[in-house]
Amino acid sequence: MNIVVERPGLLTTLQDLGRVGRQHLGVPVNGAMDEVSHRMANWLVGNDDGEATLEMTLTGPALVFGVDAVIAVCGAGMGAKVDGEALPQWRPVRVPAGAKVVFGRAQWGSRAYLAVAAGFDVPAVMESRSTALLGGYGGFRGRALRKGDVIDLRSPDEAHTVRWIGLLSRSHRGLAFPSWSVSRARLPRPQTLQTIRVVPGRHWQAFPVAVRDQLTQGEYRVLPDSDRMGFRLEGQALEARRGNDVLSEGVVMGAVQVPPGGQPIVLMADRQTAGGYPVIAVVASIDLPLMAQLAPGDRLRFELITLEQSYAELAARERKLGMIREALWARLR
Amino acid sequence: MTEAASAGPQLLAMGDRALVVEYGRALNAITNARVRACAEYLLAHPLPGMTDVVPAYAALTVYFDPLRVVADHRTLDPMGAMREALLRAIAKAPESPKHKVRTVEIPVCYGGEFGEDLDDVARRCEMTPEEVIKRHAKPLYEVHMLGFVPGFAYLGGLDRSIATARRDSPRKRIPAGSVGIGGEQTGVYPFATPGGWNLIGRTPLVLFRIDADPPVLMEPGDRVRFVPVSREAFDKLRSDAGTTAGRQSPPVPVP
Repeated sequence: MNIVVERPGLLTTLQDLGRVGRQHLGVPVNGAMDEVSHRMANWLVGNDDGEATLEMTLTGPALVFGVDAVIAVCGAGMGAKVDGEALPQWRPVRVPAGAKVVFGRAQWGSRAYLAVAAGFDVPAVMESRSTALLGGYGGFRGRALRKGDVIDLRSPDEAHTVRWIGLLSRSHRGLAFPSWSVSRARLPRPQTLQTIRVVPGRHWQAFPVAVRDQLTQGEYRVLPDSDRMGFRLEGQALEARRGNDVLSEGVVMGAVQVPPGGQPIVLMADRQTAGGYPVIAVVASIDLPLMAQLAPGDRLRFELITLEQSYAELAARERKLGMIREALWARLR
Repeated sequence: MTEAASAGPQLLAMGDRALVVEYGRALNAITNARVRACAEYLLAHPLPGMTDVVPAYAALTVYFDPLRVVADHRTLDPMGAMREALLRAIAKAPESPKHKVRTVEIPVCYGGEFGEDLDDVARRCEMTPEEVIKRHAKPLYEVHMLGFVPGFAYLGGLDRSIATARRDSPRKRIPAGSVGIGGEQTGVYPFATPGGWNLIGRTPLVLFRIDADPPVLMEPGDRVRFVPVSREAFDKLRSDAGTTAGRQSPPVPVP
């Protein structure tokens, strides 16, 4: 009941919905960068959306399955192949024991999520299976996967497997998947300018109108030293406030910070719990998954929306996700 | 009490899933105590939909899941509902925290290979290294907030005569346990991280343990004293698994 890592990929870590509820102790949240792709992959294999998935970054791994498994891959398209045959995304797929699943470079988006029915068998640390790379705990041994790692899988209960396998194919051998798939989440198109919607940040009012305009009129590029902690952007410099040093305080995912140089930094899943730069805006929750899928070199612009718009979009997305989940559950009954 | 404090804190939206409760804009003990008291109250009486609370120097950030607030409050305005619920909670929260203040003693082996910048700090402060150690180990520091990395405590109370500006170029890797001075701040690095502070010593203590509850050695409000120890004492404490009472597990692996 395991997976052997033949090639680790650029940065492959186990992530769930994050280590919530301990930020007052300085414990960062971590968790999947693109929450929607992560949740969808879990639902497709019959898991709860809080189960850990493998988050693969820009270039994916090569994994050898030691057991028959039902998997699903959502998020970035990495041209995955199973023993040479294309692995379809956004649907459950049964891979036979001994199969080698090879991911390539991301052609669409930057992060793909692999879920396995019943989940990866790693211990929860502070109630989460998310990897904390800086702290070195959680996920698989507190670190990114390395060549030769053996990750244990939990065994799905018999009834569950029979149902999935029945759903997938009559045959009990080889690669099997249904003809349907769920509609894929929004992914950035390569070479195009992405629009990321933002709502006002905690220091929005403290910035002069001219600087707020600079934020929404300029165009930015994601720099190569962007990672799970934050995306460094290059473009229209935002004139930093006088006395730019604010007292350190709690920050959020998607916070658009303005350091003294004026080139914004967008905080992501591995952000620290507190920060000391003014926060001019925050990426609207609805667009965090899209932001997470941006790759170094991608171009973006920010569009200011109201809180009302942000909540309406979020509720609409959640309704749609709920319908997808119900439809999947119905197929299993 | 200042006018700002008696007028009550200001609530500011931080994006669409957090509110900042600003008790003040400058660091002072009363403001910080109010922040901690409110955080304590909220952690003991969580608001529906609240996911996290981060008490900082002068402000408290309250995080929530907007979809859960919508479901719990039957509203289309989760920020408004959260703001109202929070205002009611703030009115009920005590002015000073109930947290039992502990005094945490942190043994530090100063200078030598553990405190590469001690001599430099002494030169810049125009005193002997021994005097720097004496002044660093004298105050009873107060933990104002946690953050930066898990287990890192922002300490107040550094003797200004040994405040030393950060190094021009940060080090790429500072060993876990390093004790440093950065401007008017001092603290201990719980993990090996990059950093620009001047290193003056190292503690053998492990500041963050994933299987301890709480996982941190110091909590907001605690008092901290640095106790100078010899290299021999450092080595003995390091190898002694029972250094931190009740924290018998192996140290967290450092990446």
